[in-house]
Amino acid sequence: MAARGCGGAWRRGWQRGRTLPGPAPGPFPRGQRVVACNARGGAVPAGKSGLAPWVPVVGLEIHAQISSNSKLFSGSQVQFAAPPNSLVSFFDASLPGTLPVLNRRCVEAAVMTGLALNCSINKKSLFDRKHYFYADLPAGYQITQQRVPIAVNGSLSYSLCIDNKMSQMVTKTVRIKQIQLEQDSGKSLHDDTRSQTLVDLNRAGVGLMEVVMEPDMCCGEEAAAAVRELQLILQTLGSSQAVMAEGQLRVDANVSVHHPGEPYGVRTEVKNINSIRFLAKAVDYEIQRQIEELENGGTILNETRAFDSKLGCTVPMRDKEGKQDYRFMPEPNLPPLILYDAKSLPANMNHQQVINIDWIHERLPDLPSVKREKLVEQYGILPEHSFALLNEDGLAEFYENVVKQTRMKPKRVIGWVLNDLLSYLKQHSLTVKESPVSSFLLADLLNLLEKKEISSTAAKQVLAELWKGEGKTPLEIVKEQKLQLLQDQKELEQICQAVIDRQENE
Amino acid sequence: QKVSVEVLDHLEHLALVDFRDSEGVERLQNAIQFADQLHEVNTDAVEPMDSVLEDRCLYLREDDVTEGNCTKELLENAREKVEEYFVAPPGNIPLPKLEERDTFLQGS
Repeated sequence: MAARGCGGAWRRGWQRGRTLPGPAPGPFPRGQRVVACNARGGAVPAGKSGLAPWVPVVGLEIHAQISSNSKLFSGSQVQFAAPPNSLVSFFDASLPGTLPVLNRRCVEAAVMTGLALNCSINKKSLFDRKHYFYADLPAGYQITQQRVPIAVNGSLSYSLCIDNKMSQMVTKTVRIKQIQLEQDSGKSLHDDTRSQTLVDLNRAGVGLMEVVMEPDMCCGEEAAAAVRELQLILQTLGSSQAVMAEGQLRVDANVSVHHPGEPYGVRTEVKNINSIRFLAKAVDYEIQRQIEELENGGTILNETRAFDSKLGCTVPMRDKEGKQDYRFMPEPNLPPLILYDAKSLPANMNHQQVINIDWIHERLPDLPSVKREKLVEQYGILPEHSFALLNEDGLAEFYENVVKQTRMKPKRVIGWVLNDLLSYLKQHSLTVKESPVSSFLLADLLNLLEKKEISSTAAKQVLAELWKGEGKTPLEIVKEQKLQLLQDQKELEQICQAVIDRQENE
Repeated sequence: QKVSVEVLDHLEHLALVDFRDSEGVERLQNAIQFADQLHEVNTDAVEPMDSVLEDRCLYLREDDVTEGNCTKELLENAREKVEEYFVAPPGNIPLPKLEERDTFLQGS
């Protein structure tokens, strides 16, 4: 496959599945890079020779669990692992006579997220009921925001590497259609042997932000990069911890293909994607499947498919038969949600009942893109370095701490942090927090190197020793292993002479 | 204007109601007719009202844990349970198609 863009045939690219060399500190998934998109626009790969090229179209629906103590409409606790049905209130279980009461923190989380994604915040938004039957939805409907959601018309910028070398990054933007508040459902555990489903309602009623991304993406890599950036933003804001493995961030992909100039093709929805890596795989597989189907004269059904991570393919989902009619209706128990700004702030209202968009805006933390720019400006490192720093939890702080404690130039320190330290961490599957080498120790080591007391090679040796975490200081290790650079001219001469003598004797 | 069999079948699927006999269907038609009287009002340029509560303040609750921990009570009414889980059938069992159902609508 061509290094730049999508020069090769789509099919060829899929079969070859190139691997990124070395550790991949970028914001995109490691491992198989199946498809690359044309940096200038949508991917336009050639199909079988002679046939017109295909333009894949990818949109995403992302559900992020709101990081809050209690649920969206009730006071039961939000917690990942707990005894079944122990975090469930009467309202969550849909017992008659219970009513929803909106959690202020959830509204604030949605406003923060909307502002961070450049959305217009709707000062008046409404709640609706979406009806469908499922064992983990005790009420028979989900309270959501279908007509007028809390935030609309935003954008998210993310970066991709054009080639495998990570030296050229391109920025892309995806439009955010809307963000809405809605309830999560309970969990179903399927027991096929006894032909039954076990239902745990601990998750029922937890607040979700659904972020809808317009179909501006064209391949798995773009989708993965966009979701990764969204994940970082949510974590920076604190509105969601967005850990996919714990179900705090769920992604459904909408995929279709069409020929350039023709209308969009029929789209399928792909669910059951459990990691950012699988997202890229699932999207690319589905694009390929649709192209093959259409090139063989078949048609694409507007269906929902599940991604099978073991087989690396998508399969039709059993339970989704036919088009669903959700019979949306306004939620009669909740008046409209009114938000205020500095201008419209009501004079006589209880502060606790008022949410001020401007107040929230002023207190937004620096978003990842801003943090990256500041790192580049402050330390003179490359954009791809700042990407790598922010891509690993705690690494940016680690780097800044090392820089503060050493006289070595930040541009030189970055190599040690990204190449040496990070690769050790990755090899041993450790987080920055778990690193046996603290920023203090690394700074200490780099100071020895900076003062030319040891060579670069010796420094790597010391680092390997430090990694064992035996509590020795860099200086102690240097002395133990006699790694000091000799400065004494006479001593050097003696050693050289001894080597020459030995050679002559052999 | 009668409600078609297709619509009635669709409703039975969606809401899992059973129109059972001609009286049930007629009651539905009367209800629709009653509601249709709203069309006699000219609502041009008027924003629809979906709740009489629209001018009320939506109360915002503080993010404190105040409920939960009542597993035993919740499971009291469950016909079947397995180790504090509710038990449900393996998946949604869709209503059979109209031709295969033993329903009054078949004859219409």
